[in-house]
Amino acid sequence: MAVTIAKEKWTSKVGEMELGTGAKAIKVGGETSLPFLHFEGEIPNRPVMALEVWDMEPTEWPDILKKPFDGVLADPVAWAKKNVEYGADLIAIRFMSAHPDFKDASPEECAATAKAVADAVDVPLVLIGCGIEEKDAAVMEKVGEALSGKQCLIGCATEKNYKTITAAAMVNGHSVIASSPLDINLAKQLNILMTEMNLPTNRIAIDPLVGALGYGIEYAYSIMERARMGALMGDKMLAMPVICFVGQEAWKAKEAKSPDEETPEWGALDKRAILWEVVTTTSFALAGGSIFILRHPETIKHVNAHFAKVMESNAY
Amino acid sequence: MGLTGLAIFKQLPKTNCKDCGQPTCLAFAMQLASGKAGLDQCPHVSDAAKEALDSASAPPIALVKVGKGEKEVALGSETVLFRHEKRFENPTGIAVSVKDTDGDIASKVAAINKLVFDRVGQIHSVNLVAVVNASGDGAKFAEAAKTVQDNTEFPLILVSEDPAAMGSALEVTGANNPLICGANASNLEAMVELAKKYDAPLVVKGNGLDELEALVEKSGYKKLFLDSGAREINKALADQTQIRRQALKKFRPFGYPTIAFADNADPVQAVVDASVYIAKYAGIVVVDSADPADLLPLVTLRLNVYTDPQKPIAVESKLYEIGTPGPDSPVFVTTNFSLTYFNVQGDVESGRINGYILPVDTDGISVMTGWAAGKFTPEKITEMLNTSGVAEKVTHRKVIIPGGVAVLSGKLNEISGWEVLVGPRESGGIPSFIKQRWGA
Ligand code: B12
Ligand code: SF4
Repeated sequence: MAVTIAKEKWTSKVGEMELGTGAKAIKVGGETSLPFLHFEGEIPNRPVMALEVWDMEPTEWPDILKKPFDGVLADPVAWAKKNVEYGADLIAIRFMSAHPDFKDASPEECAATAKAVADAVDVPLVLIGCGIEEKDAAVMEKVGEALSGKQCLIGCATEKNYKTITAAAMVNGHSVIASSPLDINLAKQLNILMTEMNLPTNRIAIDPLVGALGYGIEYAYSIMERARMGALMGDKMLAMPVICFVGQEAWKAKEAKSPDEETPEWGALDKRAILWEVVTTTSFALAGGSIFILRHPETIKHVNAHFAKVMESNAY
Repeated sequence: MGLTGLAIFKQLPKTNCKDCGQPTCLAFAMQLASGKAGLDQCPHVSDAAKEALDSASAPPIALVKVGKGEKEVALGSETVLFRHEKRFENPTGIAVSVKDTDGDIASKVAAINKLVFDRVGQIHSVNLVAVVNASGDGAKFAEAAKTVQDNTEFPLILVSEDPAAMGSALEVTGANNPLICGANASNLEAMVELAKKYDAPLVVKGNGLDELEALVEKSGYKKLFLDSGAREINKALADQTQIRRQALKKFRPFGYPTIAFADNADPVQAVVDASVYIAKYAGIVVVDSADPADLLPLVTLRLNVYTDPQKPIAVESKLYEIGTPGPDSPVFVTTNFSLTYFNVQGDVESGRINGYILPVDTDGISVMTGWAAGKFTPEKITEMLNTSGVAEKVTHRKVIIPGGVAVLSGKLNEISGWEVLVGPRESGGIPSFIKQRWGA
């Protein structure tokens, strides 16, 4: 007796988002199956990875993370070009300088940086604020305008600032990152509010505020699995690609920072730090993550090799 | 799963002999159905009926044990596809392999024994050692198995497809319930015979799911681990998923735990492949590296994936010293949810701050959840300040609370007498908060 392959009969799909323009434009989402189960549906697009660029030199980054960007950390344009060389599908510009604790840079200054980077690279851009909700809204208004028509992904929109950011995205043809803390109902709620402003559902990416491996990865992992199932069963307010800010979380983990002398029982730092970012990324991809914001070029290389393999068919 | 009393009754002898302690067979059947009696209490039940009742009432995935004593591992018994549905029961056994051609087997085993990691009070380690018959030589295999057994308490997996070599290795290790790995289409009878002889668990490897099913049926054995033969991660992910799905649908041939081999030639991909197996259903995953840098992410992922979604992991509620704090060092209050505590600890450490952390016992829930549930209160914080010993360690009387619970500060100040500093909402803000607000 042959085994009858068990296939779920999904009725719907994840929305497909388009980012960037021209030859390097990319698509994410569009799946009609659980992650990498080609035997039961379509997975038209590979998950994508961005490397971060900051608009001011990061002083707190560990040495392993600074080394690949030696000489370009203070120059966003050069840094962005380097990221493209390293194989990033997208560039994520983080406007850290806008933070009141740092330079409190104006939205106009941020827009000038964004423009300079956009002129220098042809891959799609993700534009992220400094994390202060009101300031991010003001920054996204100007930055979104400066890069009008470039189909960027902008954010992060929260319960507090989504109106301004959604409007900026709608007027200028961008998509929006919708952030809500580790809760599927809050994620849905924010998506509802944003679509009520007439932003098309395929221009929202869900950011569940992930934690790194060892630091609460399981919460976001399960939320992603539930969101994907919701999407496939026809819940339009969960049918968005999921974006994971893995770099910022993984490089906060003690396992990615503790020197060999302090924790010899953990093995060599160089290897374990990269693996922390790699395994956090691949685990979220397995749960349904589509867009990954990362920090180390080695991670890109390893995760790409994995994605290439799991994107090969496993149809029976 | 649960059979009705009547269905069970049909299989009983219906003699009402009372040897089971019940007045009638029907009464005994009802007791069985409600789980209050075991089938072995009836001495007269036929073997055929026993098998029918056992398999009908058995869980969808059998629990299969490897090894003996304290380090015995039990795999299987899973009931769901996704951890949010209930929880995953028996954490994937992580096995590290040694080859019988390896130079210094004892020292590799010593390295494997050291793969033990401490995550705030909890010890997590690898679980098994796989001995691989790479030489093809039976005597060499047996010798290697003996060396491994003499040097570790971990259960063994004996990896050879040659029944003669397996027989030799079992002669020296068979008493300790090793996993025989294993049977395939060409050696099935001989391997099953060995497994029966030593009453040991057996891996059945098929070339694809159809052959696997046929071999399982043919084996007639019940202490099994399943291997679909897939080694490429895309295919293995599909097969692992199919086996779990089929098992939960009570397709009996697949009602056993699985074994997966993360033997990718690229060492990073091997770790990634192993992580996929841990998240997606492998009972045991075999890796070749004994480097702690490769194992730490795997052991950590396993801990996370197998955490009960309803019962968060908590840290002990006591005074923690970070760095080398002194009488002027800051005191941080948080909750004993391990995720919360780890965040705070990590951020205090990354700011190179010497300080004290007091995680209040909130039954392991986060700051905001604890506050909303009435478990993170000014009274509890006060009690912790008074009983943890922190008051004797510091000369100041200032306590820093999470920004999310700023509303607690008035009441806390009133009942504890400590000055309350409201910290940032995110623990990530602690380093800059201390720089600005904690004048030395
Ligand atoms: C997961 C979750 C749960 C899980 C619990 C998991 C757990 N172990 O805590 C479950 C599902 C059980 C749950 C239940 C409930 N929850 Co709940 N839950 C959440 C959720 C989504 C995430 C919490 C979390 O894990 N956060 C991550 C941890 C690390 O965050 P944290 O502990 O706050 O720590 C951070 C900061 O506080 C800070 N920090 C921590 N310590 C310190 C110390 C210092 C000195 C400083 C400076 C900073 C600092 O840094 C940390 C990292 O950034 C939040 C939503 C949210 N966004 O927070 C709701 C949330 C906390 N829950 C909420 C509620 C209401 C509840 C329930 C009461 C719901 C109900 N009616 O049943 C129950 C209560 C449970 C009970 N009776 O025991 C509300 C609280 C609302 C409010 N503000 O009062 C929230 C905010 C959701 C919402 N918006 O409605 N919840
Ligand atoms: S011992 Fe068996 S046969 Fe006798 S009464 Fe009990 S169930 Fe019936």
